[in-house]
Amino acid sequence: MNDFVTAFATAFDLIGRLDPQLRDIVLLSIEVSLTASVCAFLIGAPMGTALAVYRFPGRSALIVIVNALLGLPPVVVGLVVYLLLSRSGPLGSFGILFTPSAMVIAQCLLALPIVMALVHRTTAGLWATYGDLLLNDGANRFRSIWSLMNIGREGMLTAFLAAFGRAIAEVGAIIIVGGNIQGYTRTMTTAIALETSKGDLPLALGLGIVLIVLSMAVSGVSLFFGRGLGDRK
Amino acid sequence: MFSRRKTVLACIAAIGAAYLSAQAIAQEKSIVVASTTSTQDSGLFEYLLPIFQQKTGIAVKVIAQGTGQALDTGRRGDADVVFVHAKSAEEKFLAEGQGVKRNPVMYNDFVLIGPKNDPAGIKGRDVAAALKTIKEKQAPFVSRGDRSGTHIAELALWNKDAGIDIDQQKGPWYKSIGQGMGAALNMASASNAYVLSDRGTWLSFKNKGDLQILVEGDKRLFNQYGVILVNPEKHPAVKKELGQEFIDWLLSPEGQKAIANYKINGEQLFYPNADDPNA
Repeated sequence: MNDFVTAFATAFDLIGRLDPQLRDIVLLSIEVSLTASVCAFLIGAPMGTALAVYRFPGRSALIVIVNALLGLPPVVVGLVVYLLLSRSGPLGSFGILFTPSAMVIAQCLLALPIVMALVHRTTAGLWATYGDLLLNDGANRFRSIWSLMNIGREGMLTAFLAAFGRAIAEVGAIIIVGGNIQGYTRTMTTAIALETSKGDLPLALGLGIVLIVLSMAVSGVSLFFGRGLGDRK
Repeated sequence: MFSRRKTVLACIAAIGAAYLSAQAIAQEKSIVVASTTSTQDSGLFEYLLPIFQQKTGIAVKVIAQGTGQALDTGRRGDADVVFVHAKSAEEKFLAEGQGVKRNPVMYNDFVLIGPKNDPAGIKGRDVAAALKTIKEKQAPFVSRGDRSGTHIAELALWNKDAGIDIDQQKGPWYKSIGQGMGAALNMASASNAYVLSDRGTWLSFKNKGDLQILVEGDKRLFNQYGVILVNPEKHPAVKKELGQEFIDWLLSPEGQKAIANYKINGEQLFYPNADDPNA
């Protein structure tokens, strides 16, 4: 029990004195995960909606695959991105292994199936309701993608938050492709893993509490914006 | 209304991209060093690197892995310098033409850790006798199992010094966990098991619980660290000038002194020995 008390005290202390090292780690975590989830959203949301709108051979199989990839293990994504970006790999000449960019790529790949699956689920229902209406209105299927995303924007927000949640919480992929370099690629989760391995469990748990507070803040802000959008329908 | 959301998203993306590129520029004069968990977990790099950076302006990015994995990172050309502790594996690395030259830097020693009440009764014995006893009594033992320098040293102690073919003779009491030194110590602490650790990680480890040093000072527990520049002829992306500058500094009187000055609670963790050609 004492460990938890110490952890909370550590967390408050870290936040209270705005520890500069912690600040950098927090900023990097947010920027990497936010960039990754925005990228995943910009790519995944139209694709997920297209899956609801278009009918083509192999569509059902694709939906099954996308849903199966919800269980994609971060460590596997990390390994694949590592092998691609390694100097000995096909994309090695870019030299971005062990940089924040590599971490963004890995997290974006992890978040992509989540965005696609959740957006598809929302828009498939909407398409059943509004599809004929939109098509009769003279919009082609391509234009309908945008309209449908517009109608289902609250579902879009959920998809985005789920993607961000996946990105900010994972450690398996970024510790491989980022290398957990102090002051450069160390994020909240890799710092927690490191402090655990140094046996400083209260500090590790304290960082964990900071991470949860952070996650809550991000979803609070997003929901606030999202509600604003909903009100002005 | 939607244009506003798009604006927000675009701003976020732009800030992120700007931040990442700014960071890349700020860190241009930098090298990647693949090293072992012991040099990081013991806090040595956190102490050394700011001194080096202040002098040369070179940022050293350390990837802390086990020795085996660190050498593999070098083999792929993903690191400029490797800083590890397993002479046999380092010599193999050189024989493959992956490295330029192996330079001894410093040493410390391994210690055999176990619970205070010492159920197998190994305290104060020599390391070979201690391992034999652990095996006879089937006392729980945690092995790194990750091809790290400490794991390689542990296997040599079992196989050569204690004369036990551990791969054949291990039982459920021998837990190979495939993780870093800290994780192995955490597990030993939680399950009152015996474990081999480097002294540096042990001294800085904060979750000791009931564990303490039971066997130390045996000359077979010697732990030598070496530093190698990854061969630029094999991996053209290697920053050979900056990497060599780091190695030269580590071996210089100044770097050697800085290593000797690193202490935890007044206890020195690493002993410089760049001047010993046989190390």
